[in-house]
Amino acid sequence: MTIETDTINEVAPIEIAQPREAPRSAADREVVFEARDLTISYGNAPAVADVNLSLYRNLVAAIIGPSGCGKSTFLRSLNRMNDLIPGARVDGEVFYHGQNIYGDGVDPVEVRRRIGMVFQKPNPFPKSIYDNIAWGLRVLGMKDQLDDRVERALTQAALWDEVKDRLKKGAFGLSGGQQQRLCIARAIAVEPDVVLLDEPASALDPIATSKIEDLIHELKNDYTFVIVTHNMQQAARVADMTAFFTLERTESGGHGVLVEYDETPKIFTQPADKRTEGYVTGRFG
Amino acid sequence: MAVDAARYSLKLSPRTKRRKLVNLLAQALATIAALAAVAVLALVVVSVAQRGASALSWGFFTKTAATFGQGGGGVANALVGSIVIVGLATAMAVPVGILIALYVAEFAPPRVADLTRLVLDVLNGLPSIIIGIFVYGLLVIGSGQAAWKGSFALAIIMLPLIARATQEVLALVPSSLREGALALGASRWRTVLGVVLPTSLGGIVTGTVLAVARAAGETAPLLFTTSIAANAVTWDPRQPLLSIPFDIFALSESPDPADHARAWALGFVLITFVLVTSLTARLLLARHRKKLEG
Repeated sequence: MTIETDTINEVAPIEIAQPREAPRSAADREVVFEARDLTISYGNAPAVADVNLSLYRNLVAAIIGPSGCGKSTFLRSLNRMNDLIPGARVDGEVFYHGQNIYGDGVDPVEVRRRIGMVFQKPNPFPKSIYDNIAWGLRVLGMKDQLDDRVERALTQAALWDEVKDRLKKGAFGLSGGQQQRLCIARAIAVEPDVVLLDEPASALDPIATSKIEDLIHELKNDYTFVIVTHNMQQAARVADMTAFFTLERTESGGHGVLVEYDETPKIFTQPADKRTEGYVTGRFG
Repeated sequence: MAVDAARYSLKLSPRTKRRKLVNLLAQALATIAALAAVAVLALVVVSVAQRGASALSWGFFTKTAATFGQGGGGVANALVGSIVIVGLATAMAVPVGILIALYVAEFAPPRVADLTRLVLDVLNGLPSIIIGIFVYGLLVIGSGQAAWKGSFALAIIMLPLIARATQEVLALVPSSLREGALALGASRWRTVLGVVLPTSLGGIVTGTVLAVARAAGETAPLLFTTSIAANAVTWDPRQPLLSIPFDIFALSESPDPADHARAWALGFVLITFVLVTSLTARLLLARHRKKLEG
């Protein structure tokens, strides 16, 4: 069955993001990340195994799948946040614009400077709203026009109007949704190339969630986003490309695998794999 | 049908009566023990205050000991000495203590961190006279006593207190804050300096204040390292200076009954200092916790 773009909302059970421009095939796009046979283990137990996947410039990629399928582990491997977990091991390669980020001589601090991250729970610093943004800028030496940079980041994160009169007040006084937008502003203020979002709206109410999603839409022309989400509707609304991970049971327990990765409409309407279909239609199992 | 009154009785049976008594007795003993602790503190403070009150005056704080038989006299030399000795000890112990805590909480592999914590606890348990003799052998023999040598001995006493207290508040800093800072491309050290330390500042101050309170009353480490009788008022740490605990001792040994009152008064000053600093520390910690929990 073919779905006409203007009736998609009535036909499809899930609302799917409408590209503003004619969809270009991912193949013409610049590849930002390419994971090759990527396996991440904690101790000796693999958490996610043999992932092969390319992420493209200025396309939002969503990673969906059941709990424990290694979505977050995979995401955290893209900016070497897993390095912080004792016992975490990475096999395989992750190419970032052609360089293996696990290669010799690669400094994880440099990696994270280019690939920012927003976490599940808002984690503003116990500083003023202004300093939450300015701290990263100062640390990275982006001290020229500090005020302008802070204002720009807060404006981009659609938070400026709400906080411009209380920049010197503590960030803990903001609501959860505002705190999360502050964290997004903090991440984009340092002008990263990629922003990784680890279930950024899972702790937020629906209104705050939709603000975050709008933000991703607004900003996707400037950044490449990778978003992990539990919420399939969210993936369908914000992502151009969707990867479905699942848990593969083995004798020694189980580990996450990438089942299918394609353009979002395809994943939600004509998935190639039965497991994907089962998950997106709610007949998971 | 008749209700089985005995089976469903809600009154005490002989057996449950006994249990209730035992319960009451245990509760009473525990309460009495707790009250005894409060009573001891109250008795000490009140008796010291009563005996020393008559000696408290302006001159007590500003003069040094008078020549025997002339009356008057004060403890200014001991007050200044204690301020110099404890102040210098704090300046030595705080930076090192915080660095040790940072190593344990932020950089050390888990096993080494456990070992370091154990070493700090053992150091904390060392008798203070041993530390006094150690510093005597290390610094005093051959070159004589000086206030800074006493400070060094006190710093050894303070070090594990500050390091352990700091390490505990560093462990309270949520790891999500560290991740947030590292994800911006900050190095470990910048993360520690810019986010972790400021977040735990309240707790670090608390630990330091408690260590200062403890050091101010320490006697044994100063026995061999600085003077037990100097009478000059000077801020020079190269001189052997008198301290409050040794002045209390010296005054209490004096044949003049007025000096005995001065010993009590000086004891009262010391207790007040310790009480006030301990309470301040509590207050700071409570405020810090509240701030962290948002």
